[in-house]
Amino acid sequence: MLEAGLIIRALMRNKIGALLIALQIALTMTIIVNAIFMIQDRQAQMLRSSGVDEANTFYLTNTIFGQDYNIQAALQTDLNTLRKTPGIVDAIQINAIPLSGGGWSSGVQTEAGEDKDSIGTAVYMVDDHAINTLGLELIAGENFSATDIQWRQSGQSTWPDKVIITKALALSLFPEDWQSALGKTVFISQNQTIQIIGILKQLQAPWNGWDGVERSMLVPFQMESKGSRLFIRTEPGKRDQLMPQIEKMLAESDKGRIIRRMRTMEETRERSYQRHNATNKILTTVVITLTIITGFGIVGLAIFSINRRTKQIGTRRALGATRWQIMRYFMVENLLISSVGIFVGIIGAVSLNMWLVKTFELAPINLELILFGVLTLFIVGQLAVLYPARKASLISPATATRTV
Amino acid sequence: MFSYYLRLAWISILRHWGLSLVMICAIGLGIGAAMTTITVNYLMSANPIPHKSEQLFYVQLDSWDVNDPFDEGVNPPDQLTYTDSTNLMKASKAFRQNVQAQAYGVIEPDDADLLPISVTARANSADFFAMFDVPFIFGSAWSKDSDRSKEQVIILSKKINDQIFGGENSVGKTVKFDNNIYKVMGVIDHWQPKPRFYDITTGAFNESEDVFVPFSLIAEEKIRRSGNTNCWKPSGDGMAAFLAGECIWTQFWVELRNEQEKQDYMTFLNAYVEEQKQYGRFQRPLDNRLSNVMQWLENQEVVADDARMMMAMSLMFLTVCLLNTIGLLLAKFLGKAPEIGLRQALGASKATLFSQYIIESACIGFAGGLLGLGLSFLGLIGIESLYGEYMQGLATLDLTMMTLAIVMALVCTVIAGLYPTWRACNISPAQQLKSQ
Repeated sequence: MLEAGLIIRALMRNKIGALLIALQIALTMTIIVNAIFMIQDRQAQMLRSSGVDEANTFYLTNTIFGQDYNIQAALQTDLNTLRKTPGIVDAIQINAIPLSGGGWSSGVQTEAGEDKDSIGTAVYMVDDHAINTLGLELIAGENFSATDIQWRQSGQSTWPDKVIITKALALSLFPEDWQSALGKTVFISQNQTIQIIGILKQLQAPWNGWDGVERSMLVPFQMESKGSRLFIRTEPGKRDQLMPQIEKMLAESDKGRIIRRMRTMEETRERSYQRHNATNKILTTVVITLTIITGFGIVGLAIFSINRRTKQIGTRRALGATRWQIMRYFMVENLLISSVGIFVGIIGAVSLNMWLVKTFELAPINLELILFGVLTLFIVGQLAVLYPARKASLISPATATRTV
Repeated sequence: MFSYYLRLAWISILRHWGLSLVMICAIGLGIGAAMTTITVNYLMSANPIPHKSEQLFYVQLDSWDVNDPFDEGVNPPDQLTYTDSTNLMKASKAFRQNVQAQAYGVIEPDDADLLPISVTARANSADFFAMFDVPFIFGSAWSKDSDRSKEQVIILSKKINDQIFGGENSVGKTVKFDNNIYKVMGVIDHWQPKPRFYDITTGAFNESEDVFVPFSLIAEEKIRRSGNTNCWKPSGDGMAAFLAGECIWTQFWVELRNEQEKQDYMTFLNAYVEEQKQYGRFQRPLDNRLSNVMQWLENQEVVADDARMMMAMSLMFLTVCLLNTIGLLLAKFLGKAPEIGLRQALGASKATLFSQYIIESACIGFAGGLLGLGLSFLGLIGIESLYGEYMQGLATLDLTMMTLAIVMALVCTVIAGLYPTWRACNISPAQQLKSQ
């Protein structure tokens, strides 16, 4: 590039203009690389499966207020009716809903005692129909049998003696080999024993932002409580049609309670990730607008610098420069300015990322993304300068001879 | 002169309308983005009770596990055990004190046509209403005696009073709440502090409760608790064991009118914990805290990370837009070099030229500010619809914010215009005139 030296010397005469564009490109690079990084981070979280058959499941809250109410009998009646209803695959009572944001957790440890480390896990209190209702996959061991299920009074502090855990929890308890967890006895509430009888492929906890979101545990409990949730799985495609029917049926079968908050798992997922989704949309808008603004800034400045140099361009043309040479001049000029901007931008992007890592506990950025940013901004710069450069190349050599 | 310069600016803006439009759009977008995120942050960090926030204190005591400190020892637990909060309540050492927890239940209206209503409730002490300046439409708070004697009294929100009693004065009437009969003591007007500072543990931007009942009824098992419960030591079976156990689920607020009262209360808290240590509780080092409203909101990080991050992003975005404006103004003003040279030759001083071009920049800034204001309205609507309940009511522009938008746009553009204007004023007339 023989012209480069010449262009640099010309640029030095209008340092500030070039510097402003370079700075703008640097900041744009800093922002878009980090914004895209944050978008990708959230998207990866949203793509995780909950382990539940989300397309065909829904749940509702059952609040009992009637006096002298036989909670145990009523629950059995409800579950029996639901399980017999055509179109319904299975139904259970459950204490918490995956992804919903509210639930129970407890600590599980491999050694008993107050001073031993425990691992936090979500607790789902369910019966032997849970695996079928939630649509879970049991990869080792066995399901609960009907006789394992116990009634739990509210405020009860003892646990049943069998549990089914997720593979992620097994791996946290026995880091060397998750399969070895099967059949082992571990401790809950510091010193009560529980035996692991089955391992699930996956079941997420109710809290999507928790770092232990994959750790959860099924406990064979039916709750004798005045507020509980019923979780229902339908045959594919029948959910929407069955939901209002079931709400009506349950509400009318028993006047001592209120059936409310009926919600599908799909809606729960949407609500759970609503903030992620919103933030992503906003960040996407920022990335797009910023790129456009920077592009327009380059166009505007290039047009003006060309207007100011009309005479010089005319002279060059008169001295034999081809149109392509004129165009190339401005494109190379932009390339030089962009390079400076992008170089500073890389430093900026990495520093901003370091700050984000420190302040908001984000992960460090990857190289591909920086390369992507570099490439995008070079292309945007070249595209933006294309129109002014073409305009410059159309300046007629006769211009040079005019005085104004 | 001012109006003359305004007209000159208008002519100049129109002549380079494309360029002016790019500048106005850039400033508008920058201001719009910045104002949207600043508003959300401003409302999230607003003082919900400005006249009293320095006198209301949230109490924290470190009753947690000595082997596994709460929050890794950085902060004491965010709630109190039932034992501690009832002891503090009994001691009654502050000007006002309130123990509270979240609850829920079902109201069965007497009117057979009305369906049972599932309601959110707050179980609190009599002082709650006076402490937090809760506005009453009818009646007033229950008395401290009602707390002590566990009377079944209730205060309804306007919403519930409208639903059950059609908005009439219902003081003295009764309500069936979770199978118990409660006497209505008062009805409160719409009351929604933002953030809902009095209970952050169940969501800083949740709606305030439907009904209010005495906290002492929880121990009687007449009120069903909800909200967060956190235990470090297993408690035995049953309600009595749970209440006596090391579970935190109550919140305790005190009102202390001056520094002296605050110091006295702190001394009292320290003495209380020392006394409890004799019973083998509070094995962790002394770490009692009294945080006023704003300190407590800050400690609980009520302003979401998302919002802070977006604000940082949008301020950088604004910077890019301003750099853009500086560059374009520079190009524009330098493009006028012949004109400026001519004016200088005809006797215009640098000062007049300076004011002329600064006014032109300010005009562009004003237009950008107006556009930005419009865009921030749209932005806030967008944020509210995207975030749903979480941002409900947080996305409104008040007069302060609107003024800020315009002022920010003007100041930013004038600052952006300084350098280009300075350059324009320093054009040497001789050189410009020579080439003409």
